[in-house]
Amino acid sequence: MKYISYLTIGIFFGIIMYKSEAASWFRIYEMFQFGSFHMYGIIGSALVIGVIGIQIIKKYNIKAIGGSEMNLHPKKKSIARYLIGGIIFGLGWALAGACPGPMYVLAGAGYSSILVVIAAAILGTFVYGLVKDKLPH
Amino acid sequence: MNLIYDPWPWYVAGPLIALTMFILLYVGKQFGMSSNLRTMCSIGGAGKYSDFFKFDWKAERWNLMVVIGAVIGGFIASQFMSDNIVKINPEVAEQLSTDYGIKSAGEAYLPPELFASEHLTDPFVLAILILGGFMVGFGARYAGGCTSGHAISGLSNLQLPSLIAVIGFFIGGLVMIHLLFPLIFS
Repeated sequence: MKYISYLTIGIFFGIIMYKSEAASWFRIYEMFQFGSFHMYGIIGSALVIGVIGIQIIKKYNIKAIGGSEMNLHPKKKSIARYLIGGIIFGLGWALAGACPGPMYVLAGAGYSSILVVIAAAILGTFVYGLVKDKLPH
Repeated sequence: MNLIYDPWPWYVAGPLIALTMFILLYVGKQFGMSSNLRTMCSIGGAGKYSDFFKFDWKAERWNLMVVIGAVIGGFIASQFMSDNIVKINPEVAEQLSTDYGIKSAGEAYLPPELFASEHLTDPFVLAILILGGFMVGFGARYAGGCTSGHAISGLSNLQLPSLIAVIGFFIGGLVMIHLLFPLIFS
C-alpha cells in the first residue's frame, strides 16, 4: 500500500516534468542561452515556496507522518566535491539535455535513445564508486 | 488556455515541484532522483567492486517506486496530455538551426537529430548520449546530488554546499553550451 503512494507521487512528478517541458532538451539549451525565463521561473518559484515552507516546518517543528523528524539533514561542508562534481554534472546536463528525474520521464514517453543515456548515467555512478577514494572531496 | 493540453507555465510547474518535495518530506523521505542510480548499481552487484555500493538498498525501494511512477507519468503526459512539441525562443531556435544544423526546435519534444532511434548507429550521436549520461551520473554522485537533491531540496533548506553544487551545475552547463558546443557540433 505504501508503495502505491510512492508510485503516485512519481506519476505526479513525471507529469509535471513532461508538461512543464523541463524534460525537453530544447528547454535546457534555451536556459543556458538565457533565451527564456521559463526554466528559471520553474526552479525559482519552486525554491521560493520551498524555502518558505521549510522555514515554517522548522519554526513550528512540524513532524513527518507518524511523528518522526523530517528528513532535513545539513549537508557535509566541503567545496571541492560540490564544485567539481557540480561542474561535471552541468557539462552532462547540457549535453544530454536531461538530468536524472527527466531521464526516467522521457523513457516513459517512448524515447528509446534515452535508455542509452540512463545506462551511461548508471555506468558513471559505478565508475565514481570505483575511483571516489582517489578524488578530492 | 487548455490546462490539460497546453504546456504548463513556470508558475504552475514550480509550485507543483515544491509540493512534490513537501509530500516526500511529510512521508519521512526526501526529494532526490540521482541516488536511484546508486541503488541500481547496488542491485546489479556493484558492491563486489566498491564499498560505496554496499548499503541496504532495500531501504531505498520507495525511491525506485517514485522512478517507476515518473516513467508512467511520462507515458501518460506524452500520450494523452501533450502534442509533444516544444516551442522555444525563436532566436535560440534559429541559432540552433544555422550554427549546429539542429532544425527541429518547434517541431518536436526532443531533437530527433540526437534522439531518433535510427541515429543510434551513428557513432557521433551515440558518443554524445553516452558522454552526456556518463557525466550526469558521475557528477551527480560526486556532488552528492542533482537538480532535485541540490537545486530544489538543498537550496530550499538553505544549504551552502547545495549552492556551491548549483553554481557548479551552471558553470558546467554554460561551458558546454557556449565553449564546447561550437567545437562538438560545427
